[in-house]
Order: sequence, then structure tokens, then C-alpha cells
Amino acid sequence: MAEVRITGLHKRYGAFHAVRGIDLDIRDGEFTVLVGPSGCGKSTLLRTIAGLEESSEGTIEIGGEVVNDFRPRDRDVAMVFQDYALYPHMNVAKNIGFGLKARKMPKPEVDARVAEAARMLGITPLLGRFPRQLSGGQRQRVAIGRAIVRNPRIFLFDEPLSNLDAQLRDEMRGEIKRLHQDIATTMIYVTHDQIEAMTLADRIVLMRDGMIEQQGAPLDLFERPASTFVAGFLGSPRMSFLPGTLTLDGSAAAIRLSEALLPVAPGRSLNGAIDGQAVLLGLRPEHLTRAHAATPAQGTFRYDATIDLLQPTGSRSYATFRLAGAPVMAELQAHDVSRPGERLPIDINMNRASIFDAKTERAI
Amino acid sequence: MAAVAPVRRPKRRSIPVGRILLLGFFLVFVLWPLYWMFNTSIKPSDDYLTVPPVWFPTAPTLVHYEAALFAYRGLDGLINSLIISLSATVLSALFGTLMAYSLARYNTGGQHLSFWVLSQRFLPPIGIVLPVFLIYRGVGLYDTHIGLIIAYTVFTLPVSVWMMFAYFRGMPKSMEEAALVDGCTRWEAFWRVAVPLAAPGIVAAAVFAFIACWTEFFFALILTSRSAFTLPTVFRAFIGFQGAQYGEAAALAIVSLVPSIALGVLAQRHLVRGLTLGAVRG
Ligand SMILES: Nc1ncnc2c1ncn2[C@@H]1O[C@H](COP(=O)(O)OP(=O)(O)OP(=O)(O)O)[C@@H](O)[C@H]1O
Ligand SMILES: [Mg+2]
Repeated sequence: MAEVRITGLHKRYGAFHAVRGIDLDIRDGEFTVLVGPSGCGKSTLLRTIAGLEESSEGTIEIGGEVVNDFRPRDRDVAMVFQDYALYPHMNVAKNIGFGLKARKMPKPEVDARVAEAARMLGITPLLGRFPRQLSGGQRQRVAIGRAIVRNPRIFLFDEPLSNLDAQLRDEMRGEIKRLHQDIATTMIYVTHDQIEAMTLADRIVLMRDGMIEQQGAPLDLFERPASTFVAGFLGSPRMSFLPGTLTLDGSAAAIRLSEALLPVAPGRSLNGAIDGQAVLLGLRPEHLTRAHAATPAQGTFRYDATIDLLQPTGSRSYATFRLAGAPVMAELQAHDVSRPGERLPIDINMNRASIFDAKTERAI
Repeated sequence: MAAVAPVRRPKRRSIPVGRILLLGFFLVFVLWPLYWMFNTSIKPSDDYLTVPPVWFPTAPTLVHYEAALFAYRGLDGLINSLIISLSATVLSALFGTLMAYSLARYNTGGQHLSFWVLSQRFLPPIGIVLPVFLIYRGVGLYDTHIGLIIAYTVFTLPVSVWMMFAYFRGMPKSMEEAALVDGCTRWEAFWRVAVPLAAPGIVAAAVFAFIACWTEFFFALILTSRSAFTLPTVFRAFIGFQGAQYGEAAALAIVSLVPSIALGVLAQRHLVRGLTLGAVRG
């Protein structure tokens, strides 16, 4: 159990600057998810915390102690690797007990703890098998068992579920979440799957090009993205971005998308945006519904849409239409829409819409 | 007459004549010299060069073995060869593994050192044997086991290092990293995780080194004389002014095959995997 504090962390591979100034405070017991596109430095950051990579600059503190010069074994962290990294020449029991044995724990205690970890993960019948005799999900459990048996101060996960099929991934995701609830140890979890990030995290740290783009509670990032990058990364299907201009008329603000004028929710702060500023209006599919009421509710804008493309998923249908020339996707009830080419009144909830500066792509 | 439905006989697999011929030819090609060698080793001396040849000696004899092993000191050569080859093989595998690991995992010496190691084999042996001979005489290593062990270790190292280097490079790092995080020192991660995983590669490299030492002639000839001479050098004695001692030569050749074959059988399981140099992992 420990908090982690990272200050001014940089990592260079020769001329390549992989991590470019990370400041991060992780509370004791927090589940932090590092997320971002491929190559943004998530694994590098995680491996630097584990001590598998040396930092080029900056400090890493674990439990109030600067660990930059500690060997991995002295940091008291456990790591679950993407390819599981089980020891192929040892059976499951030996794999799980390896770390304890390496730390010279007496054998009876090792056996007891291995048995306990195996029981927690439901892999007791597998203890005598070798890794090559296990399925992907079983290997994953063994890898997690190897981590929990040591009772470390911090768990590090590097995309632990990415090699599993979709169903198993959902199942294991739930188990990891339960594990965290049970043992309440600090966990740092790398993924580029935004669903994993949203469902697991107490806090999401969204990285881009070696820097933190935004961090906070999952819903904060989802509802109040700091940039088009964050907005586009979280949420599936993606947020639609519509280029327009901001018009300020006294206290009433609106966004003009060619002929349409969409009122900005009254009372929404615009942080000094100016009249005529080029903006991007960000709309998530769930901000758009089929209009049923005779008049649009407060803060919604009604638009007569012609559906171009329909993607039914069963309970919902994703309908794409053009709004001022740009494609927008709406998440509709399946019975609200029947076929492409249909004309529908769509209500756009402007209270939840995001507005970004078109040049900087930062939120306004 | 009603039409008879064609009866479908299950088609017999035809005998693969071509394949059998090819294999037979290959077997004869490989086994013929061995057969002839063995035959010669148990023939009485008068039968060596008769026309037509004696295919199966009617009175097999072991005199050639006795002469080759004792009169010509073949047994001493065999023992020397075993001591020297095995020691050099163990040292070469040991240092080779350590060095290759360092090159593969820590990029020791940048991109050039690994190639430099291999480049040591580009030098023709004749280019270095004289200086080595002079040095050995000067420091008292001439005609000693140690001297030849050192020489053979040095000469087999480049290939051992290179084979092991390729093997370690093909092995994912993450298991060793898991060991480091789990609580191992670098040495323990190497010893308890990397080495067991690299066993096929180590065995393959060791077999190569052993075969190279076991059959080496040139350095043994120059660097030894009456006491540390190896088996290959004994064969010199069989060609003399009065003609060749075919029987003794064949007998000693048969004897020298035994350890190689034993080693091959022992290491076969590892060897097949090791020769793919990490391309496939079990
Ligand atoms: N050993 C290395 N030498 C040079 N560059 C490296 C090394 N390791 C990583 N990099 C580079 O650093 C950047 C960040 O890599 P990292 O593995 O942290 O990405 P990531 O965010 O984990 O991506 P992914 O989601 O694909 O795993 C990448 O551009 C990568 O090419
Ligand atoms: Mg990664």
C-alpha cells in the first residue's frame, strides 16, 4: 500500500523523447488507468515506475521514498505483462511462488501463500501444469496470481487483457475490478481500450505524445474533455466535430453552422471566447435524440435530419446524417428509425455539447 | 443388362518408388564410407587392396585396434582429446553464454562488438599459429593440456557467442523482466530464467564447439608433441615410408566416431530446437 508521486519525469531513448515531462500524484489505493494511443509512452512510463527503464530526468517516489536508484526488486511492486511472461520451464505453482522464493521466504509459507492466491483466482486445479498447457485466460490468471501472492505495495498492469478474446476480456475486467475492491492496493493500469479505462479507473490519465493530455475521474473526462483529442479518444462511437463560428449577441451565445444557428446553453461560461471565433462543436451520439415533444426542451436545438447511414446494434441504432455539411452520428432507439433516407426531427442537447477552439483544439 | 454402378475401390497408395530410390541412394552415399572403414579396420592386412575387394572378412581381427590404441598411442590421444575438447567446450559454452547475454541484453560494446567477435574467425588459422606457437613456448604452454584448452576455447568462442547471441536476441525479454520485478537480481534472472530458457541454444552451441575441437588438427599439430597430442594428430603416424597402415587408421577413425555419435544422440532433443536459433520457441 503506497502512494506514487512522479515529478518532472522524462525518458529519452537516444534522440527519441518518449516521455516528456510527466507530473502525476497517485493516492494510496487508487486505481489509475494510463490510456492513450499507441506509442504515446504508456508502457515506458509504467516500466520506469517498475524500474525496468531508467528515467532520464525527474523523480519517482513510492510511499514517500524516492526510488529512482532502486533496483526493480527493491521497489516492492508487482507487474503483469501483456504477454504474461510466465516462466515456461516452471509449473504454475512454481511460477506463482517464484518471487517469494527469490526473496528467501521459507517454503511452508510460500506454499501456503501460493495456495491462497490460487484459491482466490480459482486456479487451484492448475497448479501442477506448465504454462504451455494453459489457455489464454488461465495464463492471465496465473500472471495475476504471481502478482498478488507477493502482496506488493503497487500493482502495475501493462495491457493485461489485450491478448484475450472479447468475452474473456469482459470477464477478466470484472475480476480485476473485484480484485481491486478486495485488496485495495494502488494499481496502475495501462490500456488503449477506452472501455477498460472508463470501467476500471478511479482516475484516468490520458496521454498523448509522452505528455499528459488530461487526467481526472472517468466521467469528468467524458463529460468535460479538455481538448478534441480527449473528446475523440473517449466514447464509442466517437464524438462528431462540426466546424462553425461563435456568435455573441449580448448575453445570448450561439454557434453558426452555415445556415443553422445553434444556441449555446444559457449560463455556460465561454472563457473569454470572442464573437466570430472559429470553433468546433462536439456532439456525442447520445446527445442527440429523436424529437417526440411538440416543442424542443430548454437548451435543445431541433434539426430536420435526413438519415444517410444506419447501423443497428439491436437495442440502439446509430444513425448518421449531415448537419451543415458535416456528418453527425446520433444514438437512437431502434424503433425510432427504420431505414436510411428517412427524414426525422432530431433534438440536439446543447447543454451537454462541447465547444472547442478550432485552432488550438482546446475546450472553451 | 442393367447398368452396373461403377464400384469405387479405395485407391491404394502407390509405392513411392522415386522416394525410396532417392533415400536408398542417399543412405548408400552416407553409410558406404562408414561400412568400408569398419570393414577395413577388422580385415587382416593382406586383404586391404585385393581385387576383387573382400566385402566381408572371413577372419575378422582386432589387431589393428590394438596397434592403433597402444603401439601408436591412440588411447593417449583419445584421452587427451576428451580432456581438451570437453574442457574447451564447457569453457566456450560458459563464456559464450555470458558474453552473448551481455551483448544481447545490455547491448555491450554498441553495434560493433558483436560483429567484431565474429570477425575473429575471418583470420586464417595459419596466420596466427606461428605467433601462438612462439608465445606458448615462451610461457610454457607448449605441449600442455591447458595450452590447447585455452587455444580451443578462444577459437570456438566466436561461433558460440554468435549462436547464443542470436538465441538470446530471439527470446522475449519480458520473462527476465518479470523475474527482476519478482525479486531477482540481474544475476539470478539470468541464471534462473534466461539460462534454462536458452538451454537448447546453449546445447547447440556446445555441440558445435565440441565437434570443432574434436576434429581440429592444425593447431594440435603445431602446439603439441609427445604429451598433449590429440587424436587427430595420431593419424599422421599411419602414413609412412613403407606405405599406409590402413587397418590402424580405420580402427582409430572408428574409435574417434564413438564420442561424437554419443554426444549427438544425447543432445539431439535439444539440438533440433537449438539449430533454429530462437526462431521458434517451445
Ligand atoms: N527501447 C526503445 N528504444 C527506442 N524507442 C523506444 C523503446 N521503447 C519504446 N520506444 C519508443 O517510445 C515510444 C513510446 O513507447 P511505449 O511502448 O511506451 O508506447 P505505448 O504507449 O505503450 O504504446 P502501445 O499502446 O503500442 O503499447 C514509442 O514511440 C516507441 O517507439
Ligand atoms: Mg505499451
